Amino acid sequence: MKRLLVIVIIVVLLGVGAYVYLNRADTSDGTAPALAGAPASAEVLARGEYLTKAADCTACHTVPGSHKPFAGGVAFKLPFGTIYSSNITADEANGIGSWSDDDFVRALRQGVRKDGQHLYPAFPYTSYTQLSRSDALAIKAYLFSLPKISQPNKTNDLSFPYNQRWAMGFWNAAFFKSERFQPDPAQSPQWNSGKYVAIALEHCGECHTPRNLGFGLEHGNALAGEELQGWRAYNITSDKVHGIGAWSDSDLISYLATGHADGRGTAAGPMAEAVENSLRFLNPSDTAALVTYLRSVPARAGKDPITIDAQAAPALASNNAAPGGDSVDTNHAGLKLFEGACASCHQWNGKGQQTPYASLLGTRGVNDVRGTNVTQILLHGSNLHAEGPSIFMPEFGDAYSNTEIAALANYVIAHFGNKQGTVTPDDVAARRKQF
Amino acid sequence: MKPVTEGPQNTQEGVDLGRRHALQAGGLAIAFLWLGGVGPVSAMINARRQPGDAAAALADGNPPFAPNAFIRIDTTGKVRLVMPSAEMGQSIYTGCSMLLSEELGVGLDQITVEHSPASDELYGIPLLGGQITGGSTSTRGTWQVLREAGAVARTMLVSAAATRWQVDPASCTVERGVVHHAASGRSLGFGELAVAAGKLPMPDKVQLTDPKDFKLIGKPMRRVDAPDKINGTTQFGIDVRMPGMKIATVMACPTFGGKLAAVDDKAARALPGVVDVLRLDNAVAVVGEHFWAAKQGLQALNISWDRGENATLTTPQLRAGLAESARHGKGIAARDDGDQPQGTLVQSEYQSPMLAHATMEPLNATVHVTADQCDVWTGTQVPARAANEAARITGLPVDKVVVHNQYLGGGFGRRLETDWVEQAVAFAKQVPYPLKVVWTREEDIRHDRMRPMYHDLVSAVLDADGKPIWYGYRTSGSSVLARFAPGAMGKDGMDSDAVECVAEIPYDIPKGKVEWIRHDMPTGLVTGWWRGVGPTHNLFVFESFMDELAHHAGKDPLDYRRALLQKSPRALGVLNLAAEKIGWGGQPLPARVGRGIALGEPFGSHVCAIVEAEVTPQGEVRLRRAVVAIDCGVAVNTSSIEAQIQGGIIFGLSAAMYSGLTVKEGAIEQGNFNDYRNLRINEAPMVEVHRVINAEPPGGLGEVGTAIAAPALANAIFAATGVRLYKLPVDRGLLVQSPDALKSVTVERANEGRAMA
Amino acid sequence: MLSLSVNGQSHSVDVPDDMPLLWVLRDVIGLTGTKFGCGIAQCGACTVHLDGQPVRSCVLPVGAIGNRAVTTIEAIGNTPSGQKIQQAWLDVDVVQCGYCQSGQIMSAAALLQRTPNPSDADIDAAMSGNICRCGTYVRIRAAIKQAATGKQEILQTLVSAPEGTAP
Ligand code: FES
Ligand code: FES
Repeated sequence: MKRLLVIVIIVVLLGVGAYVYLNRADTSDGTAPALAGAPASAEVLARGEYLTKAADCTACHTVPGSHKPFAGGVAFKLPFGTIYSSNITADEANGIGSWSDDDFVRALRQGVRKDGQHLYPAFPYTSYTQLSRSDALAIKAYLFSLPKISQPNKTNDLSFPYNQRWAMGFWNAAFFKSERFQPDPAQSPQWNSGKYVAIALEHCGECHTPRNLGFGLEHGNALAGEELQGWRAYNITSDKVHGIGAWSDSDLISYLATGHADGRGTAAGPMAEAVENSLRFLNPSDTAALVTYLRSVPARAGKDPITIDAQAAPALASNNAAPGGDSVDTNHAGLKLFEGACASCHQWNGKGQQTPYASLLGTRGVNDVRGTNVTQILLHGSNLHAEGPSIFMPEFGDAYSNTEIAALANYVIAHFGNKQGTVTPDDVAARRKQF
Repeated sequence: MKPVTEGPQNTQEGVDLGRRHALQAGGLAIAFLWLGGVGPVSAMINARRQPGDAAAALADGNPPFAPNAFIRIDTTGKVRLVMPSAEMGQSIYTGCSMLLSEELGVGLDQITVEHSPASDELYGIPLLGGQITGGSTSTRGTWQVLREAGAVARTMLVSAAATRWQVDPASCTVERGVVHHAASGRSLGFGELAVAAGKLPMPDKVQLTDPKDFKLIGKPMRRVDAPDKINGTTQFGIDVRMPGMKIATVMACPTFGGKLAAVDDKAARALPGVVDVLRLDNAVAVVGEHFWAAKQGLQALNISWDRGENATLTTPQLRAGLAESARHGKGIAARDDGDQPQGTLVQSEYQSPMLAHATMEPLNATVHVTADQCDVWTGTQVPARAANEAARITGLPVDKVVVHNQYLGGGFGRRLETDWVEQAVAFAKQVPYPLKVVWTREEDIRHDRMRPMYHDLVSAVLDADGKPIWYGYRTSGSSVLARFAPGAMGKDGMDSDAVECVAEIPYDIPKGKVEWIRHDMPTGLVTGWWRGVGPTHNLFVFESFMDELAHHAGKDPLDYRRALLQKSPRALGVLNLAAEKIGWGGQPLPARVGRGIALGEPFGSHVCAIVEAEVTPQGEVRLRRAVVAIDCGVAVNTSSIEAQIQGGIIFGLSAAMYSGLTVKEGAIEQGNFNDYRNLRINEAPMVEVHRVINAEPPGGLGEVGTAIAAPALANAIFAATGVRLYKLPVDRGLLVQSPDALKSVTVERANEGRAMA
Repeated sequence: MLSLSVNGQSHSVDVPDDMPLLWVLRDVIGLTGTKFGCGIAQCGACTVHLDGQPVRSCVLPVGAIGNRAVTTIEAIGNTPSGQKIQQAWLDVDVVQCGYCQSGQIMSAAALLQRTPNPSDADIDAAMSGNICRCGTYVRIRAAIKQAATGKQEILQTLVSAPEGTAP
C-alpha cells in the first residue's frame, strides 16, 4: 500500500498548522431527529439498546457464536495486516469500564480512545461523529448495563507504518471531519430521520461509498458502490439501472428487514451481517424513513456498473428441475457442478426452491460479470439469521478447485445473468487470499 | 438334488459336520483370528447344535423346528434365516439366503431374513474370531456353514416325512418347501413336518449339492432386501421408534481428547420441544421431542471446552512425524530376503491421507436403560462387542443387554467401532425414557474414527533390462489392529494389515524387504478400519510404483506387468482379461486422455482395474471409464459381485479424487458433503465388471474394488499428463498444463464424456 | 397447529413453522422412509415431492408448504412414474445399503414424470444432487433408462433372473 504512504508524506508536507486546523473537533452536542423505534431520551437504556443495534455494534464487536456480546476479538483482514475489534463491555481491565462519558463520546466522534491514541477508521467514527452526545451516551449506558466480560484484547498484527497509530492523525486531517448531524429543514422529518439512520447509525457509506486512493470516502460519489474485503457493496443510489432506483418501496423494505427481496437478491457476506445484527431490528417507520432518504441519494452509475437482465433467456428457458437454453458453448464444467451441488436449492430457472432466499434471477450477483460476490459466496458460503428459519448456503471453497469455482461462477452468470462472466481460476485464487 | 447320505457307500462325499473347514484368508482376517478372549474358534458359527441354540430359539419365538442357530421353521412352513453377518449394502443377506435356499430346498422368496442377536458363540465368523462383519469375510465365512445348515435342516425334514410315510428318505425329493414322495404321490410341507423334525437327532453327516447342480448359486439373483428398500419400509437404526422415546443430538469436544469444561444451557432449555440437556465428560447432548428441537437446542448452548493437549495440532505436524518415521524409524520386518543386490536403484515416497467413512446414514443408536435391562437398537458390524460395552457402562451383566441389530445405512468399517453406542448408552442411562441419539453429519465426520494417514517409501533394484530383482517397502502409520484386537498383533508387534498386499505380491521379484514402522497418532486421535483397509493404501503405492518402474524401463505398463506374472496365473488372468476388454493398445486416445492399470490380490481375490481418465488443461480430471476383471473364485451371486465391484471402485475413486481429512487446532476441519466431497452420478464413470469363471474357494469382494481404484486412477493421470501423483487425494493444481490455462475464462469441454452403458 | 397433506392424508401437527419438513415426517408423523443424510441440501436423501416437484425436505420449512401435497417414498409407488421406477430398481437390482435410495427414487420418479424418455444429460441434471456412498450410480442410470424404455439394460453379469428369484 505504497499509495497510502505517499498520501501520508504529502499530508506531512502540509504542515502542523494545517494538521491542527483540520483535526479541530466539533464540540457541539448535536441533536438527533425523531426515531420511531427509539424511546425518548429519558428511557436511556431502551434508547441505548435500539441505537446500539441500529449502529450495528455487534457485527464488529461480537464473535459470532461466541456467546460473548461486545467482548471484541473479531478479526479484520486488511491488505496491510489484521486488526481485531476491542472489548467494549464494561469490564474495567479489558473493556471500557473505566471510561468516562467524555472518553466514550470522544472515541465515537473523534476516533481517539481514552489513552489518547488514535483508533483506526475500521471503527466507523467517521460516521458516528454525526451522533448526538445524548445518543452516544445512551449507547454507553446500554453497553454498561450488560454483563462485563473479562476477555483480553488481541494485539493487532499490522506492518510498519500502519502500526503507527499517531499517523492516523494525518489521515484524519485529510479525510475526516468531526461534525454533528444537521437536520435539513427543507426536507421532511421522515427524510431527516432516514438520513440520521443511514449516515450516523447504520453507516451505510462506510461500505457503499467509493474510497479514494487514501481510503478516504469520496463524498461526491456517495453510495455508488465499492469493493471491500473482497465483497462488492453494491450501488445503492437512486440510479434506475445500476442502483436501487427501480426497486419498489416494498422491495427495499423487505430487503432491509429480512435480507431478501424477491427478484432483487438476498443479502450475503457483510450485508447479511448488517441485516442480521442491525437492520432487521429497525422499527418499520425508521426503515421506511431510511428508504425515503436512500431514494433521494443522487443517481450515479458508479465503478463497474452492473446491468441486470431480470429475464435471462437461459433461465427462462429452464424449468425448476431441468436446464434449458444454455448455449452450446456454455461451459460444461460449470453446468456439471451446478447440477450436483446447486440446482436442488436454486433450481434451473433460478426461482429458488425450499426458500425464496435461494432465488437468483434478477440479482446483482449473477449479473456482475466479474463475479465478485458470487465467487465469495461459493468459496465461503453465506449465513443469514433473520426472522424465521436461518438461511444458509454451505461453503464450497475447501473441496472445489479454483478452476471449478471459476467455471461455476461463469456458468451462473451466463445462465442467470445471460452474460459472459470473466472469472478466471487465478481470480479465484486471489479471492481466497483476500478473505 | 442329491439324496441325503445314509449308507456307507456315500460317506466319502458326505460332509462330516465335526470337521472345521479351513478357509482362505488374507492378512487382516488372519489377524482377527487372534482377537482372543471371545472363545475358541470351534465355538463359532456351526451347522451343528450349539449350547446356546435353545435359548436363542426360545428368544426368537420358539419355533418348533430350529435345528441350528440360523434356521427357524414354524408350523405354517415359514422359513426364517437368522443372519450371521450384518447387512450394510454388501448383499450378504441375499448371498446367505441363496446358500441356505440351495441346500434347504426352498425358494429365495420363501425365506424371511432376520438380524442376529449379539452372540460370538453362535454367530461369530471363525475368520475374525467373533461376531464381526468386516474384512470382506462374510461369504468366505458362511459359504460352507450355511450350506451345511440348510442340508442339515433338509435332512431332518425329509427324515420326518420318510418316517411318517415309512419310506426310504432317499426316495424323497424337496421342492420349494415341500417334501415329495414321487412313487406314492404324497407330499408334506415343511410346516407340517416342523414339529416332528424338531424332535429328531442331528445327522452326523450330510450331503451337499454338487456345484454342477446348483440352481441358485452362481446366478445373478435379485437382492432379497431390495423390495423393502425401494419403498421406505426398511428400518435402519435411525428409523427406530419406541413408545415414549425422545431424540437427542450431540456435540463432543471438537479437539481430539478434549473435555467439556462448562455448559450454559439456559437458552437451550427455554426452547419449545427441548426436553433435557445431558452431559458426559467430553460431550453434551440436547434431548428433544424431535431431532429438530434437539438440534436447535444444541445450537443455543453456550459450551466451553477444555481443548486439551492436542489443541494446536495440525495436519502438517502429523505428516512430518510420519515422514520422519518412514525415513528413519526402526521398522518391524514383514519380509526380508537378505541383502539388497547391485543394480539401478529407483526410489519414491508416497503419502495417503486420513479418510472419513461418511456412511450415508449418520451414526445413531437408540438405547433404553432400566434397572435390570439395557436395550440397544443400532446398526452395527459388531453386535457382541456393542453388547459388552453396554454392559460395562451400565454395570449390568451382559446377558441383560439386548442388542437389536438393524439394517446399516453403510458400514465401510465405521460400524466396526462401538464409540457411538458407548456414548448413547452413557447418555441414556441418565434418563428413564428410551433415548435415540442421532449425530449430525458434521458430528459424524468430525468424530469419525478415521482411516489412518500413511507415509511410504518404496524402492526397487532393476537389472539391465529394467526388471526388478529386489524391492523395498517401508510404510509408517498407526495401527488400528493394536487397539481393536491387541491379541492379534503378530510377532515382534507386527500389524499384518499394515503390509497386506505388499509383503506378498503377485509379481516375480526374487527378493524384497518389507517393513512397518509403527507410528502412533497423538492420544485422542483414534484411527479405525476403512473399506479396503491396508490394501487400499499399499496397492496405491505399489501399483503406482510398478508404473514408475515400467516407465523407467521404457516399457508399456501392461507388458511390463505381464512379464513379471508368469508364476501367478490368476493375477495374469485378470490382467489379460481387463486389458482385452478395454482394448488396451488399440485405438489411440485423444490428447490428455490416459489409461492406468492396477493389479492386486486383496482379500483372497485377484483383481485388475483399468481406469480411463481425461485431464483438462486446467487440471480437472474427468473419469471416462473403468474396466475391472475379477477372479473371486466360486461365485454365489454374480449380480452382487458386479455391484460390489462397481460400488467399491466408485467409493475408491471418490476418495482418491477428493477425500482427505485435515486437522487444524486439534480438530477435523471438514464436516459435511460440501467440504468432504463425494463423486456424484455426473462424475462417476461407467464401471464394467468382467469375471474369471472358476471353482476356486470364494474370495472377498466388499473391499476389493475400493482397494484397486486409486492406483488405476493415478496411473491413468500419469498416462494423460506425465505427472506422477505421490499424494492423495489428487492435487489438481499439479495437473495444470501451463499457468496460462488459469488466466483464461474458457473451461475446456471434456473430450468425449463418459462411455455409456 | 399446521395442517399438512401427506400421501393423500391430512395431518395436523403442532410444530414450529421453521421446522424442516424432514423432521415433521420422520419424528412427528412417523414416516421414516424419507432419510436424513446431510441436512444442508447436498445429498438428496431427504427428497420428497411437493405437488410432484422434487424438494429437499431437510431445508424446507414446514410453514412454507401451505396446501401443497407432499408425497413421500412410502406412496410414490401409487404414481405411474414412481411405480415404473421402483420396478426398474428391482429389475436392475440397484440398491446396496439402500439408505440413499428413497431419495434417488423420488428424484428419478420426478424426472420420468416430466421427461418420459430421458437422455444421459437429463439423468445427470436430475440425479446429480443425490449422493450414493455405496456407489450405485451405474445401475441407477441403467434403471432409469429401463424404466423409460422398458428395454432391458444389459449389465455385465446380470443377464436374467431365473425362477425362484425374490419378487
Ligand atoms: S438430508 Fe436433505 S439433502 Fe441431505
Ligand atoms: S445404496 Fe448405500 S448410499 Fe446409496
